[in-house]
Amino acid sequence: MAGSKEIRTKIKSVENTRKITRAMEMVAAAKMRRAQERMRAARPYAEKIRNVAAHLSRANPEYKHAFLVKRESEKNVGLIVVTSDKGLCGGLNTNLLRLAVNDMKEWEGEGKGLLVCPIGNKGFGFMNRIGAKVQSHLVGIGDVPHVEKLIGTVKAMLDAYVAGEIDAIYLGYNHFINTMRQEPRIEQLLPLPSEKLETTSTATWDYIYEPDAKKVIDDLLLRYIESLVYQAVVENIASEQSSRMVAMKAASDNAKSVISELKLVYNKARQAAITKEISEIVGGAAALA
Amino acid sequence: MAMTVHVDVVSAEAQIFSGLAEFVVVPGEMGELGIYPRHTALMTRIKPGAVRIKQPDQEELLIYVSGGMLEVQPSVVTILADTAIRGADLDEARALEAKQAAEEAMKNRSSDIDYAAAQAELAEALAQLRAISQMRKHTH
Repeated sequence: MAGSKEIRTKIKSVENTRKITRAMEMVAAAKMRRAQERMRAARPYAEKIRNVAAHLSRANPEYKHAFLVKRESEKNVGLIVVTSDKGLCGGLNTNLLRLAVNDMKEWEGEGKGLLVCPIGNKGFGFMNRIGAKVQSHLVGIGDVPHVEKLIGTVKAMLDAYVAGEIDAIYLGYNHFINTMRQEPRIEQLLPLPSEKLETTSTATWDYIYEPDAKKVIDDLLLRYIESLVYQAVVENIASEQSSRMVAMKAASDNAKSVISELKLVYNKARQAAITKEISEIVGGAAALA
Repeated sequence: MAMTVHVDVVSAEAQIFSGLAEFVVVPGEMGELGIYPRHTALMTRIKPGAVRIKQPDQEELLIYVSGGMLEVQPSVVTILADTAIRGADLDEARALEAKQAAEEAMKNRSSDIDYAAAQAELAEALAQLRAISQMRKHTH
């Protein structure tokens, strides 16, 4: 029976692969649900802080924070790009990085310098390989991101912005639409686009500030920016898990069809061997008779 | 029934508390603040400490916050709690650390962005993905 042992081994190995991809699919599904919950949990904070920041910037038109002022010329730009730490999640990182590279190329074409801040192993490795100037980075975020870890990384970028080393900061991440769809996005983070600070209320009253308006506004805007980055990180994790789930499901389905094909080949080979043996016996018996 | 004010305690990572209260005590930067309903609009930073919320007909609720912002409006009190201990020096140290780590990682590399290599790498990854999806179509 030529090759039947090889086919059997092959079937076994594909079956084992399928077990792994199935397990990864289920793990990703569970993690995705939790990531989505975290995404929802982070929303009230961002919403509240946005409303307050919007109110403040309207109530204090005389005080313009550096984050709100649009500079006359954009000489250098910063890019914070959020990717996953691990691979095996379909085209998630590739699509986002491709979008980022397109923008980076465009900026370079306009003669702008670039500072990057990759969050996540994949983006960091990529930026390093292509030789981009990395201002700060963060890897090993895990499944549960913490704002505490982000503070330093983001502040290094914000400091560069305040110091005038860069004149705008963009934020790239995968926007979570639903389980099947994630969309790579690059949004402007600084200077804060005015539509991000629009409110429907037209109240003219103002707060009492302790210790003073400037300090409170500074702190609030810093937290707002951090919450935007945090939101992007959480959303990217949800995207990563759902993308991985879909990719692993596809891999499991593929393994299944490969197994059934191999089984067919195996059975055919076995049948052919049996037929051959019988015909040999019959031939032998006929020769003896 | 006593007058109540709506209190929200939120952090970037979770909603901590949302409900009515008769009285709230918050550790403000300039000192402890006791807030009754219809307090005037106020905005301040808060120090690490305990927030006490007196809920109607219930035990006083204690929430520990590691700093943050407090927004008071006559009918709503919002506490934007930090999830980490903050401070200018502490933040500065964190930023410096992040920058140094990046510089360390950037050593021993050429400084120009190699777009050709970048695009080649991405094109390869995309081609692989496309091949996989085509293979899938064929088998079905």
